[in-house]
Amino acid sequence: MRARVLVVDDDPALAEMLGIVLRSEGFAPSFVADGERALAAFRETRPDVVLLDLMLPGMSGIDVCRAIRAESGVPIVMLTAKSDTVDVVLGLESGADDYVVKPFKPKELVARVRARLRRGEDVTPEMLNIGPPNNQISIDVPAHTVTRNGDEVKLTPLEFDLLVALARKPRQVFTREVLLEQVWGYRHSADTRLVNVHVQRLRAKIEPDPERPEIILTVRGVGYKAGTS
Amino acid sequence: MMRRSIERGVELARLFWRTRAIRLVAGRVRPVVLRVRKTWRRSLQFRMAVITVVATGLLVSAFGLLLAKSISDSLLEGARADAHVKLERGSDYLTKQLETIPNGEDPGTDNDVQTRLVTLANSPEQGGDVTVAVKFSRATRTSNLRPMVSYPDVKLEDAREAITPQLEHQVADLGMIAHQVVTVHDNTYLVYGKPVYTRWTYGQVELYYVVSLKTEVVTADNLRTTIAIVGGALVVLLTILVVLVTRLVARPVRHAAQTAQRLSAGLLDQRMDVKGEDELALLADAFNHMAENLQRQIVRLEEMSRLQRRFTSDVSHELRTPLTTVRMAADLLYSERENFDPAVGRSAELLQTELDRFEELLTDLLEISRFDAGFAMLDVEPTDLVGLVRRVIDRLMPVAKRCGVELSVITPEPPVIAEIDTRRVERVLRNLVDNAIDHGQGQPVVVSLGSDSHAVAITVRDHGLGLKPGEEKLVFNRFWRADPSRARQTGGTGLGLSISYEDARLHGGWLDAWGEPGKGAQFRLTLPIRAGGRVSGAPLPLQPVDTLDSPVVPQQPAPTEVPA
Repeated sequence: MRARVLVVDDDPALAEMLGIVLRSEGFAPSFVADGERALAAFRETRPDVVLLDLMLPGMSGIDVCRAIRAESGVPIVMLTAKSDTVDVVLGLESGADDYVVKPFKPKELVARVRARLRRGEDVTPEMLNIGPPNNQISIDVPAHTVTRNGDEVKLTPLEFDLLVALARKPRQVFTREVLLEQVWGYRHSADTRLVNVHVQRLRAKIEPDPERPEIILTVRGVGYKAGTS
Repeated sequence: MMRRSIERGVELARLFWRTRAIRLVAGRVRPVVLRVRKTWRRSLQFRMAVITVVATGLLVSAFGLLLAKSISDSLLEGARADAHVKLERGSDYLTKQLETIPNGEDPGTDNDVQTRLVTLANSPEQGGDVTVAVKFSRATRTSNLRPMVSYPDVKLEDAREAITPQLEHQVADLGMIAHQVVTVHDNTYLVYGKPVYTRWTYGQVELYYVVSLKTEVVTADNLRTTIAIVGGALVVLLTILVVLVTRLVARPVRHAAQTAQRLSAGLLDQRMDVKGEDELALLADAFNHMAENLQRQIVRLEEMSRLQRRFTSDVSHELRTPLTTVRMAADLLYSERENFDPAVGRSAELLQTELDRFEELLTDLLEISRFDAGFAMLDVEPTDLVGLVRRVIDRLMPVAKRCGVELSVITPEPPVIAEIDTRRVERVLRNLVDNAIDHGQGQPVVVSLGSDSHAVAITVRDHGLGLKPGEEKLVFNRFWRADPSRARQTGGTGLGLSISYEDARLHGGWLDAWGEPGKGAQFRLTLPIRAGGRVSGAPLPLQPVDTLDSPVVPQQPAPTEVPA
């Protein structure tokens, strides 16, 4: 079964080129050129991964990202021409999992897409518990479910992976570089903002008070660790 | 011995209490003094009020004193002239009357004299509180006789004291008409004396008029009180007036200062109220005019900066999208180059490498223009620099190996945490090490990290050609090349050091260079530990220690050196 990739980009040449590269790498791409129709196309094609240009006519890439994220945890990789902090962070905060800056090399893009598709297929039953006693987070790894005090919390696959990575070794401090490698699959350290923004997103979902985190703790100057009881 | 030590102890205790008391008082007084001083410095109104109080106070009191003195002088002069006239008249009368008394030694003389004095004191033209006295200074009479008689008798005591020996000497011995003002038992008297000649054996007696100056004193006192009250009122009134006037001037000035502060804080639409047509209104008007111009300029600059930013961003996007397509196409061709004929294959290779250069150049140009437009932003977080340096070195190791350069790093063992923008600092360091490898002529490259409580410094040392004098500034210029004819080994856009320089400056830090021909070069990046801090000194020297005295021999790794 070939993985379906939805390419949301308004530049026909780039879209076509992306199509050539993706097909040659064994993906099944589909295309949509403007933001307004992106959501409909998404519902129709049910892609395994979305490549989303941030600058789109009609609806901005950020809005499309939010709309898709509102109904699905599908991996989203942004294509952006801007590497400015504000733009990148805005894109990540609106729900993107990863980004590539134009101009990118085909290999780089394919590696990003593959990394997003490579989901942990471990079926060994594994239950993880972290957080203080009054705020237990339980993670059922094979079932991909997370519950806080008995209520299920919806996480995207990437947020889930990030949480599992931290929870498997509670008390151990993970540097951002290590997390980038384990969760995002970057072999060389990339943009640590990816980690920061996703930790914030994760905290917003599982922490009672994201301003004073108890479950995912910051270790100043080093990185993050999972809090335990 | 014992006693002395006790005394010494008591002395010390006393000294202690005294200094303590002084300190206590000083402790109370000091804050007040400081506060007054502060108010003096900061309030024009207070200053004007104090100056007015002091100046008018001095003037009014001098004037009042002068006035009081001249009035009481003239009062006294009137009393004296009056008393003189009376004395002359009295002495004429007494001379005549004493003619009828044959002998001054007679015990009945006192009574006779007393009768005359009564007449004198009660004569209608006297009309006041006058004591008339006669003294027999030269009399040789026996002690049962009083050497002095006076009328009214009750004032005899006062009169006795009021006629002082000095006056008596002047009148009796020198025969002068003399007078003086004396205060006896809280009463002030004017005493006038004159010798009166008799047919008696000792020739003369002395007639004294003792005039009470009570009325004059009371009048003068009243006058003084009035002057003091009026003067005080004048001072208070003037002070109030000055305070009010100063306030009238100071308030708009203060208002102007506040408005200026708000303006500089960014509230550009702040204006002053313009009332009337006086100088203050003129100030307000000019101020508003200035604010208007400033606002217009700032808004214009902001608009320009916004447009520039927008333009850079648009150019970036518009250029990058087609470049991405070209890049991908070139990549595809490159991977298939074995299937083409040699010329086309080589073309695909050239296309690929030149696209790399083009991309680098575009990235650097956009980065520089971002600095120029002033919207490069710092994204700081606390980061361990030891880890960062080692990471960058690790990543550049393959490049160093390929060029045959020994790359080593000297860092302290514990983490050095500073608030920095990791992306930018990594970029600077990568660039510096890249350059060192590029220009190091295969000699070792050493990266060192040092820190103190305010700053961290990273130096990158190579032992290559070095820099000629003056070049240590030029290296940061855009597109500057040490030797234009020299073939480049690793490429580079010529913008790397300029961008690094701007990155350091954005952090509030420095990037500087040292180099000597044949001794190699050293670049030093200094950054403040805390974001927003300024660097005043660097923890590592710019010039390598080993170059200070002897010509340099390629350095042996120091014992502390840890190969990366």
